[in-house]
Amino acid sequence: MANTNLLKLEDNDSIVAACKRLEMSKREFLQFCAAMSATLGLPQGAEAAMATAVAAKKRPSVIWLHFQECTGCTESMLRAEHPTLEKLILDVISLDYHETLFAAAGHQAESARKTAMAENKGKYLLVIEGAIPTRDGGIYCKIGGKTAIELTKECAADAAAVIAIGSCASWGGMPSTDPNPTGATGVAAVLGKPVVTIPGCPPNPYNFLSTVVHFLTFGTLPEVDHLGRPKFAYSRLVHENCERRAHFDAGRFAMDFGDDGHRKGYCLYKLGCKGPETYANCPTIMFGDAGGGTWPVGCGHPCIGCTEQGVGFTKPIHMVAKMKNVEPPLQYPRIVEEKGTGATIGSAAVLAAVAGAAAGAGAMVAKNLGLSHQAEEAEKARENQRPGEKAEV
Amino acid sequence: MAHSHNTSHGAPAPVGGNLMNAATTVSAVLIAVMLAVLITRFIFGLGAVTNLNDGYPWGIWVVVDVVIGSAFACGGFSVAMLVYIFNKGQYHPIVRPALLASLFGYTLAGVGVIFDLGRWWNFWHIFWPGYANPNSVMFEVAVCISAYIVVMWLEFSPAFLEKWGKHETKKKLNKVLFFLVALGTVLPMMHQSSLGTLLVVMGVQINPLWQTQFLPLIFLLSAIAIGYGVVLFESCIASSAYRRTIETHLLDPMAKIMLGVLACFLIVRFGDLLVRGALVEAFKPTFIALSFWVENLCFVAPFLLVGSATARRNPAKLFLAGVAIMLGGIFLRINGFLIGYDTGPGWTYFPSVPELLVTIGMFAIEILGYIIITRRFPVLPREADHAFSARS
Repeated sequence: MANTNLLKLEDNDSIVAACKRLEMSKREFLQFCAAMSATLGLPQGAEAAMATAVAAKKRPSVIWLHFQECTGCTESMLRAEHPTLEKLILDVISLDYHETLFAAAGHQAESARKTAMAENKGKYLLVIEGAIPTRDGGIYCKIGGKTAIELTKECAADAAAVIAIGSCASWGGMPSTDPNPTGATGVAAVLGKPVVTIPGCPPNPYNFLSTVVHFLTFGTLPEVDHLGRPKFAYSRLVHENCERRAHFDAGRFAMDFGDDGHRKGYCLYKLGCKGPETYANCPTIMFGDAGGGTWPVGCGHPCIGCTEQGVGFTKPIHMVAKMKNVEPPLQYPRIVEEKGTGATIGSAAVLAAVAGAAAGAGAMVAKNLGLSHQAEEAEKARENQRPGEKAEV
Repeated sequence: MAHSHNTSHGAPAPVGGNLMNAATTVSAVLIAVMLAVLITRFIFGLGAVTNLNDGYPWGIWVVVDVVIGSAFACGGFSVAMLVYIFNKGQYHPIVRPALLASLFGYTLAGVGVIFDLGRWWNFWHIFWPGYANPNSVMFEVAVCISAYIVVMWLEFSPAFLEKWGKHETKKKLNKVLFFLVALGTVLPMMHQSSLGTLLVVMGVQINPLWQTQFLPLIFLLSAIAIGYGVVLFESCIASSAYRRTIETHLLDPMAKIMLGVLACFLIVRFGDLLVRGALVEAFKPTFIALSFWVENLCFVAPFLLVGSATARRNPAKLFLAGVAIMLGGIFLRINGFLIGYDTGPGWTYFPSVPELLVTIGMFAIEILGYIIITRRFPVLPREADHAFSARS
């Protein structure tokens, strides 16, 4: 952490080498480090430290275990939208054991794991993807003749840190959904101590990378909440930074898929969006790093709350969320704003009747006034003709 | 000063007669219908009875009941100004009847505003210092109209005090009456012009034929002219209905003053249209242009009807002139607020039947109230000479 000035790193040899290795321009690389440091909410100077740490190629050894899961977490990390991201991940860490990416198989693979564990004792990172079955002694998931429970305990014993990636590893996720026949559970429960969890189905690869780079740079894991989730990524509700939040506040809700409000991009709360009870940074960095506008809410599907135990895979997708902050009123305004009705036969008739009655009455009054005026004038004329009779009136 | 003139003309006296007749019965029925609609409105909201929408948040309840209603209620203000400011004492006998009509018109306009308020239970907010926004045109209109209603009831209270024999109170009131009269002239000038400002605030949504910085002056001048027109109308109707002599000797010169005010109005109106170059809009083949010409024909008609001295002695023509100027006032306001108002494509408004029934009910209240008060309270001048019956 000697150098805290990012711009001074531009001509640093190790940075130049790292950029060549990563096929990135220097500017791109430094920008990336600055963005990552900002995502983590770290103070000024941290970006330079990160750049130095990444370029130094310390490469912590990583052992990546797969249990009850779909490999979605790995897939989303390898197929990240940013072409350099997976390259960076694979450059930053030394992935010594990963069942999906291994060319080796069988005993060769198992011996690689054991070698890495022995060589990096107390220094390696253990990443676990997938839930751990606990029913019937954990026999529902075995690798190399060992149950997931045994593997977890064995690998965690000498690890510098344990990261549970994905919802399955975090608390059991999808495999733990009722009736949970395998007794699927999370890493923390099996180890009996808290671990860093990066829930999501799949989680955003940036959240994983940032956590690892933090470890690489500072030797510690970032600050986490009571569920082991890094606070930089999971301290805000999806609802808080949602791009449709203004519609929620204005009371404009999609009531049905494909209805007018849905087409106009109104709030999906009424369709069961779990944003109001789910902590994740999807609205800011986009879910799964699939690019802007392509996260679930962005393409018109309610958030299912995949990062939140008790919400994702537990509550029905279209069940209305329990608000963690202000609840909207029970009565909702209409989605289709009525633009007004023209004249109806009834209203036109009433108006015409009133106008007609007024015109008729006015005409009658005018006629009567005119007649009496005529009579008066005639009377006066007669009086003028016979002035002698005036006294008789 | 107010009563010194009474001696030279017939002092006000109740007309008397039966209160149960066709006119009062019909009015009472219409009022009952209005109340039924209003109960629905106050319980279930504006959407339940009106055709109002986000594009047209103001319908006939505001435009007719309040804006037109208060313009029609300018008779009291116009005549009081003539008598007390320009010291034309001969018009004093028509001050009270004119004031009565104004009193009703304004009180109902003030109450009518509440019908149109979405959250009507908050109506008092505008008077509450913590809530009120003194920079708003609405604030000016609301406070000014409310103050004027109170002033007018006080101005008119001698009629009640005479009826109930409270002569001491009346004497005390007479000492401060000059102040009330002054207020009663200033306040309507303030808010009648501000009713025009309401349109200025709406900007380009108002057709150029009506959107001008001169709207406050145009609305004020038209309100004064309408005030005289309404007095002509009411005097003729009262004479016709109660079989009384028409005060042609008063109405004739007053009609002349009315024409003068009307001429000023038309000069400002058309001068402004010409200077702004907005008159071209009037020659486009649109409904709006047609409505503009109908409006202005109504304002020109009084010159044709009562332009000559002979015509001004004919009550029928005085009546028609009054009607024409009132119609002009109706069209000016409806054109500005509804017909010439375009808030964007797709928005339309036409009053619903219940909306119309409420507005009709409001006018029924005015008629019923006018009948009851003129028959029971000293408002109309005493008929000294019954030789000239309107029926002869």
